[in-house]
Amino acid sequence: MSKQFDVSGLNVYYGNHLAVKDVALTVRPNQVTAFIGPSGCGKSTVLRTLNRMIEVIPGGRVEGKVELDGIDIYGSDVDPTAVRRSVGMVFQKPNPFPTMSIYDNVVAGLKLEGKRRSKSELDEVAERSLKRANLWDEVKDRLKKPGAGLSGGQQQRLVIARAIAVEPEVLLMDEPASALDPISTGAIENLIREIVEDFTIVIVTHNMQQAARVSDYTAFFNLAGQGQPGQLVEMDTTEKMFEAPDEKATEDYIAGRFG
Amino acid sequence: MSATATAPDAVDAAPSLNARRLPLWWPLVGLLLAIVVDIIVKTTGVITGTLSLIILALTIFIVASTGWSMAVEGRRHAVDRTSTIVLWSAFLVAFVPLVSILATVVVRGWNAFSVAFLTSTMRNVLPTDTTGGVLAGIVGTIEQVGMAVIIAVPIAVLTAIYLVEYAPSFKSQRMPKIVSFFVDVMTGVPSIVAGLFVYTFFVLALGGQRSGFAGSLALTILMIPVVTRATEEMLRVVPNTLREGSLALGIPRWKTIVRIVLPTAAGGITTGVMLGIARVAGETAPLLLTTFLAQDVNWNLFSGPQASIPTFIWDQFGSYTTASVDRAWAGALTLILVVAIFYTAARVIAWLTAPRTR
Repeated sequence: MSKQFDVSGLNVYYGNHLAVKDVALTVRPNQVTAFIGPSGCGKSTVLRTLNRMIEVIPGGRVEGKVELDGIDIYGSDVDPTAVRRSVGMVFQKPNPFPTMSIYDNVVAGLKLEGKRRSKSELDEVAERSLKRANLWDEVKDRLKKPGAGLSGGQQQRLVIARAIAVEPEVLLMDEPASALDPISTGAIENLIREIVEDFTIVIVTHNMQQAARVSDYTAFFNLAGQGQPGQLVEMDTTEKMFEAPDEKATEDYIAGRFG
Repeated sequence: MSATATAPDAVDAAPSLNARRLPLWWPLVGLLLAIVVDIIVKTTGVITGTLSLIILALTIFIVASTGWSMAVEGRRHAVDRTSTIVLWSAFLVAFVPLVSILATVVVRGWNAFSVAFLTSTMRNVLPTDTTGGVLAGIVGTIEQVGMAVIIAVPIAVLTAIYLVEYAPSFKSQRMPKIVSFFVDVMTGVPSIVAGLFVYTFFVLALGGQRSGFAGSLALTILMIPVVTRATEEMLRVVPNTLREGSLALGIPRWKTIVRIVLPTAAGGITTGVMLGIARVAGETAPLLLTTFLAQDVNWNLFSGPQASIPTFIWDQFGSYTTASVDRAWAGALTLILVVAIFYTAARVIAWLTAPRTR
């Protein structure tokens, strides 16, 4: 069910400013791919090109090809909304909808998608998604309570449940645990390893050890120099990246000599 | 063993943590002094004007309190005391007239205010009669302001959505800037100009047919900029992370706005609507040109002159008889109550339509 991304010749602009230069990479299906690198090097920017969320930022545009199972998602006949239903996203700061209950949050993607669904269908999806996100036991008695009343780690799991309820093929995660305490972080990381059997996952993290724990493939981004656009320096299996990378910059970053 | 030079008195002691402070009843001292000085000055006839006496009292109060504070606590606290006094004085200057207006309206309006007043009209009532009432005005104001809300709020909210949700991603900002500029200009339109505009282009165009609806149009012109600006501010307050979370789920932008952003901003938008109602409910000049006056209830908003509470007040006060002036004040009291009812209705509607979360 999950799909593969093939990116080639990707340049990302904010207005006239070139933010990321010449990225080419492959995101393999049913694997966890981590984007690592120092702050400001373009990892979140590249992540956002994978579901066309880059266009939501005023001035954001791309050149090059981003292919999801062979279809260029930036093609002129492709609807961004349809892309985002296939490629879900979880953000750094949990963002449950404040005017909705926990239940309504989880099914929001389905209810607002346009197709009429029966209540029993929605109930079933809600329970399934919350169980998959390891949140069901904690909230099953208070599904009608507001989503904002949960702890940070619970809110993030709620948002993950909301994202997987629409059954995307790919799940993008932009530093999903950086706002959380270590225990919640561990819960999120375990969750990622569990759900990767159903989804392709790309995770941006500034925490190298998290990338080592959680990912199968790692891509290292860096700035070419101060004031220069970001670039993909190296990408390989996590094992190789952390033990014997090809590039010196990669090795320096992993060893903590900069960043 | 050596003679160490000591000069203990020349060395500054480190500031003590528990330095002396004025007692809690410090304002009373300055107050007492101010009153004493005022009494002396008034009885000796040096100054007798009320305003001058108040200013003198305030000055004495500030000087005495600050001087005392400076002596006991030091400069920093003295400046703090002065600032506190000035702030409180400013608050009172703003607050006292408001309370005074309310009190005056209640006191002077109570005479003629009654159930009969609220349920009868001015038909066949002479200026010297003590009967008569504002019913025609109540019906008119509720219909005119209500219609203005129905027309103005959708226009204002849609304009705000255009400016906040869609305009930032436009390549050319010319159109949004023009729209924003004209909203600002509309905020400053004098109400009589709005009335004159509607009179020229609507009333005259229909052959001189006055109506409550023409009044509503004038009120709409005055209400739109207020509600637009308030709604704009409330939409900007909605965090962008909510919009992004919704868009990332594959929810189209228009649905994100209608189902996520607007409900989140609903409370603030309601306040904006209330501000708009406050802006127009007491406008008299535009109504005189468009709805004119009427002594009897006119239920039809679209045909014929219609009374309203502000024009009722204006008409009654112009008759100069005691009974009429009493009625004018009672009308003012009624207007305050009607606006309060509009506010309550706005809050109830917001509460009913807000998504259930608690």
